Amino acid sequence: METARVLQEKALQANEEQFLTFRLDGQEYGIAILKVQEIKGWDKMTPIPNSPPYVKGVLNLRGVIVPVFDLRLRFGLPETVRDAFTVIIVVNIGGRMAGIVVDAVSDVINVSPEQQCAAPEYEGQQNREFIKGLAQVDDKLLILLDIDRMVNPETLEQSEAVASVAAAL
Amino acid sequence: MAIDMRQFHQTFFEESFEGLTVMEAELLRLERTASANGHDTVSADPEILNTIFRSAHSIKGGSSTFGFSDVAAFAHVLESRLDALRDGRSLPDRRVVGLLLLAVDCLRSLIIAAKTGKQSDQGAIEAVRLQFEKLGSESAALPVTGKTSTQPRASATTHWRILFRPNPKMFHTGNDPLRIFRELSGLGKMKTTVDISGLPSWEQLNPEECYLSWNSELVGSVAREAIADVFSWVLDDCRLEIISNTMPVPTLSQRSVAEAVASIDAHTDTLRVSVPKVDALINTVGELVITQTMLSQLTANFTFDNLSKLFAGLEQLERNTRELQESVMRIRMLPLSFAFNRLPRLVHDMSQKLDKKVDLIISGEQTEIDKTVIDRLIDPLLHLVRNSLDHGIEPPAERIAAGKPQTGTIELKAYQKSGNVIIEIRDDGRGLRHDRIFDKAVEQGLIPADAKLSPDEIYELIFLPGFSTAVTVSDISGRGVGMDVVRSNIHSLGGNVEITSQAGQGTCFIVRLPLTLAILDGLSLQVGTHTYILPLVSIVESVRIVPDQVSRPAGGVELYGLRKEYLPLLRLSDLFHVMPRSTDLTQGLLVIVEADGKKAGLYVDDLLGQQQVVIKSLETHYRKVDGISAATILGDGTVAMILDVTGLIRMAHAGATRLTPASHGRIQDTGRHTGNMTPTIN
Amino acid sequence: MATILTVDDTASMRQMISFTLHSVGHEVIQASDGQEALKVIEGKKVDLVIADINMPNMDGITLLKSLRALADYKFTPILMLTTESQDAKRQQGKVAGATGWIVKPFNPEQLLNVVKKVLG
Repeated sequence: METARVLQEKALQANEEQFLTFRLDGQEYGIAILKVQEIKGWDKMTPIPNSPPYVKGVLNLRGVIVPVFDLRLRFGLPETVRDAFTVIIVVNIGGRMAGIVVDAVSDVINVSPEQQCAAPEYEGQQNREFIKGLAQVDDKLLILLDIDRMVNPETLEQSEAVASVAAAL
Repeated sequence: MAIDMRQFHQTFFEESFEGLTVMEAELLRLERTASANGHDTVSADPEILNTIFRSAHSIKGGSSTFGFSDVAAFAHVLESRLDALRDGRSLPDRRVVGLLLLAVDCLRSLIIAAKTGKQSDQGAIEAVRLQFEKLGSESAALPVTGKTSTQPRASATTHWRILFRPNPKMFHTGNDPLRIFRELSGLGKMKTTVDISGLPSWEQLNPEECYLSWNSELVGSVAREAIADVFSWVLDDCRLEIISNTMPVPTLSQRSVAEAVASIDAHTDTLRVSVPKVDALINTVGELVITQTMLSQLTANFTFDNLSKLFAGLEQLERNTRELQESVMRIRMLPLSFAFNRLPRLVHDMSQKLDKKVDLIISGEQTEIDKTVIDRLIDPLLHLVRNSLDHGIEPPAERIAAGKPQTGTIELKAYQKSGNVIIEIRDDGRGLRHDRIFDKAVEQGLIPADAKLSPDEIYELIFLPGFSTAVTVSDISGRGVGMDVVRSNIHSLGGNVEITSQAGQGTCFIVRLPLTLAILDGLSLQVGTHTYILPLVSIVESVRIVPDQVSRPAGGVELYGLRKEYLPLLRLSDLFHVMPRSTDLTQGLLVIVEADGKKAGLYVDDLLGQQQVVIKSLETHYRKVDGISAATILGDGTVAMILDVTGLIRMAHAGATRLTPASHGRIQDTGRHTGNMTPTIN
Repeated sequence: MATILTVDDTASMRQMISFTLHSVGHEVIQASDGQEALKVIEGKKVDLVIADINMPNMDGITLLKSLRALADYKFTPILMLTTESQDAKRQQGKVAGATGWIVKPFNPEQLLNVVKKVLG
């Protein structure tokens, strides 16, 4: 992996965007690196009463109460074992923080506008709103997520029953 | 060796300002009892007079000790009058009380001048002083200072003979002739012979009594005064004769007083901190040191199998740092009373000026908030109360005509609610008139004449710069520049201000301030494996459940009968869909809680203990959750939810139509929504 | 050196007195009123008491009487802080058993002189 700084410089030159990529059920996803605050390990969480199943609870991030979303459950994928090796990505969207639980964090990569394309429309796909687009990087399909929408507490109600993104694609 | 007194000045200024606040509050109390009696003379509670006297006395003592002669001189005038009042030599009437209040103002400006070095209003202060002179027998000049200050010189060597016969009980005042002689011998060459003729027989001898007397000869350039001084404490307890040539008595200069002070506002930039808070801080730092030691030991000879220990140590470090941060922030918290203390005086003065009768009722002033917030809250509050006084409360005649009591009420209420501090300023005056506001806004060109505005939007107009519905712009509330500044001040504190009003009935300003930190006294309780915090203020009592008192009327909420009352029985296991330890009600406890006038019984598995917790917002990064007011971080670093009793009661009623599976033991402990259920009747 | 108890309801006075006495090596115990003073001397041996007269909760004269009633303080030097005009109080103090008085205002040097006079 090229150092972040080198990547940053390259990205700035080529009008590329940087993404943090992670894996979920075998599929690679990316979120804008600027929104990522830190990556932390699994931590004891306190459940929030009467919250959707994919809201695993809140945890204490150096004195701040941050909600944690399980992306698998958010996408309607089967839950897996969460243990000490599970990783939580802490995102910061305009001051609002949230944690997302993924299978594994992959890499930080640059994606140029040319590599990106819009997501195709499919019927019955309820969580299309989370997808900003697709990208082709090194022969792999990368799904770029609109993380703002995914962790916005206001929109929680709307996505009770979600179909799998990867399956739809 | 000179000790620099300046290091004590800061404390003196602070305690003096506090003393003035106390004086003012007590004087206002004194005046209120006068109006309650209905006649002019105030029948004064001696304790009140004593308190006021003591404050003035302390200020006088301190200011003269630390060299603030102007303050001392004025304080002396004030103190003399207060002394006469508390001794009953003079009677406190409203005029005197009013004058005393003015004197407090003068004293305050004198102290401010002493502190800042700027001038005070000499004319005004002199005027007040003259009034005092007219009142009484005291002169304004500071009396002669005591004997300990000067030592007059003798011009020649004198030969003194001193006869000293102490009373038998001399020792009982802690005096010791030996000390006296030691001091005497320092004045010159001394020779003493003791006279034991007063000694009784052994059996009659009381070792605690003095039976001896002495004859001394003292030679030196010593003044009589100096010798008498040595005996000054025991003069009444002995027979003393000092014989020789007499010396002229020197005159001691009278202090004269200069005036030069001006009035500027004074904020304190120090904090008074309660000892427990400092102890907590010290403990936390202690733990931090331990953690640091542990970490350095660990990293000194680090090997990779110690990695998990390193992580544990870092976690501990994080915990310690967080606790330290919270401890320090807690130190900056002060009760709101500091922001409220100028208001009684304001109401008192203004209501007199405007010829209105107003009562100011303050509650919740012990609610704590960060010091910087308090400092910046004082002005907006002053303005809002001024507003109520000026525009809200009607003159007595108008009130009576409206069927209201002659005396208007301004109520100031402060309380904490889900991580916010709310301050309500409510008056029972005219209320806001939509039409007048609308018309004025049109008149000032702020809105077009045909604009259609909702009541709330009309209230918003008040906050526009330059807006004022005062018929005459009074010098009291200013030119209507107030409300927009008030709002921007409150906004800058991260809060907001809202208005509710009813024409003819009154207006209420609600100031909402978000807290960076708030502390709650809570009781931690357990339901299943989950810990929750219940605010202590909402707890009435806790009881063991008597099973046959539980009932469930058809389609309604489960109820518990307690001493002729029926309270909704709230099961957190149902409301939050978590697994209880047991559904057998006799195993747990019922905590009787109260909120917003409603009572309920909260069923819990265990009560863990009382603790003070720091309120952390859940809404900052998530959103409002029913039944939860906020969250907190426990000592072990995990998050716990703080219960909202009102919300829980509401949830219970809402859920009464839905029968949840909780009571039938089919719950999953994943916080899963049970979704909509068709209502069935048990 | 000696252990001195200073009782005064104004912090600035207590500070000034403490500081002054400390500077010559005395140990100083502070209290802000008579009640606190009685509590704070428990288990300690005090060589000299300097107390103000006007204090809340328990004034100087009452403290004086209470101290004199204790066996350990029957003969301990107790000095009252008074102002020039308080002759009556001074008399009261004497009757109650005060050793002497210190007139306010006083400067640190005066204080030290008085203390020296009493303690040696």
